Amino acid sequence: MAKTKTNTEDYLQMYRQMVRIRTFEDNANKLYLDAKMPGLTHMYSGEEAVAVGICEALKVTDKITSTHRGHGHCVAKGAAFKEMFCELLGKEEGYCRGKGGSMHIADQSNGNLGANAIVGGSMGIATGSAFTAKMLGTDDVTVCFFGDGATAQGLLYEVMNMAALWKLPVIYACENNGYSEYTRTEEIAAGSITARAEAFGIEAHQVDGQDVLAVNTLTQKLVARARKGEGPFFLELMTYRYHGHHVGDINREYYRTKDEEKDWKENRDPIIRFRGWLVSEGIASEDEIEAMNAEVRQDAEQAVDYALNAKYPDVSEVDMHVYSDIKHALA
Amino acid sequence: MREITLSQAVNEALAEEMRRDERVFIIGEDVAEAGTPFKVLAGLVEEFGTGRVVDTPIAEPGFMGIAVGAAMTGTRPVVDLMFGDFIYLIMDQLCNQAAKTHYMSGGKLNVPLVLRTNLGATRRSAAQHSQSLQALVAHIPGLKVAMPSSAYEAKGLMKTAIRDDNPVVIFEDKLMYQDKAPVPEEEYLIPFGEANIKREGTDITLIGTSSMVQVAEKAAEILAREGIEAEVIDPRTIVPLDEATLLKSVRKTSRAIVIDEGHQSYGVTAEIASRINEKAFYHLDAPVLRMGAMDVPVPFSPALEDVTVPTPEGVAENARRLMSGEMIHAA
Ligand SMILES: Cc1ncc(C[n+]2csc(CCOP(=O)(O)OP(=O)(O)O)c2C)c(N)n1
Repeated sequence: MAKTKTNTEDYLQMYRQMVRIRTFEDNANKLYLDAKMPGLTHMYSGEEAVAVGICEALKVTDKITSTHRGHGHCVAKGAAFKEMFCELLGKEEGYCRGKGGSMHIADQSNGNLGANAIVGGSMGIATGSAFTAKMLGTDDVTVCFFGDGATAQGLLYEVMNMAALWKLPVIYACENNGYSEYTRTEEIAAGSITARAEAFGIEAHQVDGQDVLAVNTLTQKLVARARKGEGPFFLELMTYRYHGHHVGDINREYYRTKDEEKDWKENRDPIIRFRGWLVSEGIASEDEIEAMNAEVRQDAEQAVDYALNAKYPDVSEVDMHVYSDIKHALA
Repeated sequence: MREITLSQAVNEALAEEMRRDERVFIIGEDVAEAGTPFKVLAGLVEEFGTGRVVDTPIAEPGFMGIAVGAAMTGTRPVVDLMFGDFIYLIMDQLCNQAAKTHYMSGGKLNVPLVLRTNLGATRRSAAQHSQSLQALVAHIPGLKVAMPSSAYEAKGLMKTAIRDDNPVVIFEDKLMYQDKAPVPEEEYLIPFGEANIKREGTDITLIGTSSMVQVAEKAAEILAREGIEAEVIDPRTIVPLDEATLLKSVRKTSRAIVIDEGHQSYGVTAEIASRINEKAFYHLDAPVLRMGAMDVPVPFSPALEDVTVPTPEGVAENARRLMSGEMIHAA
């Protein structure tokens, strides 16, 4: 891996954030398996280097839009476990007072404009956020996360066209995990994904999404250029999801082999790779890393406990927040 | 008082609000130098520049999505949708994104956006340029819907819409752009959810939206010559709906006809009629009638098109039948 950052703190932060995502997901999965979580959820495990590499290149005021597979983006952009687990369980103290759930967590204080349960649904929103930055003259950059499956949506091409015409500070980040639900990407995407962006004159890069430093180094450069009005940019991040499409997708052999999954987990895991690098570079010792892992684990367990015991919203909230200026829409 | 056209009224409202608040901008197809095909926006680009009167490619979902994201991040877009019929193209951005963001985020995110579009048949524009689709959006919680019936309302409602922190859809009747009405020189706003009693009467209540207010007024004139005193009410916004004023009138007159240019089945007329039935049943002397557009795609031929929409004569005829008791036992 390329050693581009010299700040130990930054490396450790990236490692910790990846572990936080993995740990969050392990706990979310367990909540589902124990039948303690309402509904389904989509695990980000395996893709951590993408969200962390990108979000660590952003400021708090920079914006992101996220997807149905959004816990990773949310954690990486600075969200806290407690409010996230509360949201997953539909509790009042959740980021959205339990009204959004796993697929709609928004954390405005950290610039997360929200996950979206419509595949490709946030491409306009991200581009509009970049429009605001340009119009109001802030130097905020917006990153639009979406999957390879979402590249089939026409909206992407409409907004890339406008973003390129208007030089908007937006980075389209395509997380190519090889599958669109239960279908291989080759079967749904003709030609090259980056070439589609290039057709609009947008500079596009394909990058190893399992290498957090590679992702971070490239993103830092692009973010700096986007702030100067050189955007938009497009990233295709090659990655892999370890779990099923959602937590209930257990028997997957009809669309991908166990060997393939094993290969990615054992040989290309972003956390194992980065951990090895941290140790070999003398940035952290095995003991320090284990201590960090344990701390994150404990953090997550406490947050899960808290969320399980937290209050549900009062039923009177059901018609609140329909309109910003009408307290109870049905009163 | 001076008289100006509905088109000038909308133009003035936009100009005043753009002068007052520099976050307000217009986005849509051919809105700048062309000032839209209806010339409603003529001259605005000269004053506010192309940075705030933004011409887009022909990509309705794209620019609608951009407006949603821009609104979420601190600007106040007014989206120009050239024909109301194109609402079908932007349904996801309008109904899944804009309408639900405030609720899904537990009240954290706002979408202060105005969607300006139009309605109205009899312009010989056939089935894809003549629809009145207000029922479609009024059905969606989170959206407000305004239906100006004259230049006066068009200006006052537009200014209120721009200052509202929620997504608002305004339908202008495209046949009324050149119609003049008295409009004060001084600034005024028309609050949402306040119906206007256009004409007082004791025998029957005619509730009309948009240009159907004029149809109701003309019907009332015909009826007055026959000794029937009709009360004409313009709800001005159908979401929120000023139920109290409608119910008060119906309790007085005991009869009502609801007139709207959208298709009759599952439409605005059905909703209002049913609320009157539920809340003023014991005051009624006759069934509440719905008069919407015929449940057919709008035909091109004038011979066919003219019979699809409510007319003053048709309203007067139905009023007579209600008054005579003929329809009490109608099948
Ligand atoms: C508009 C729309 N169509 C279909 C779905 C159902 N769906 C949810 S996720 C998904 C696959 C998305 O694949 P991709 O964009 O590659 O993201 P990934 O799940 O791989 O992260 C589908 C088809 C949806 N939510 N929205």
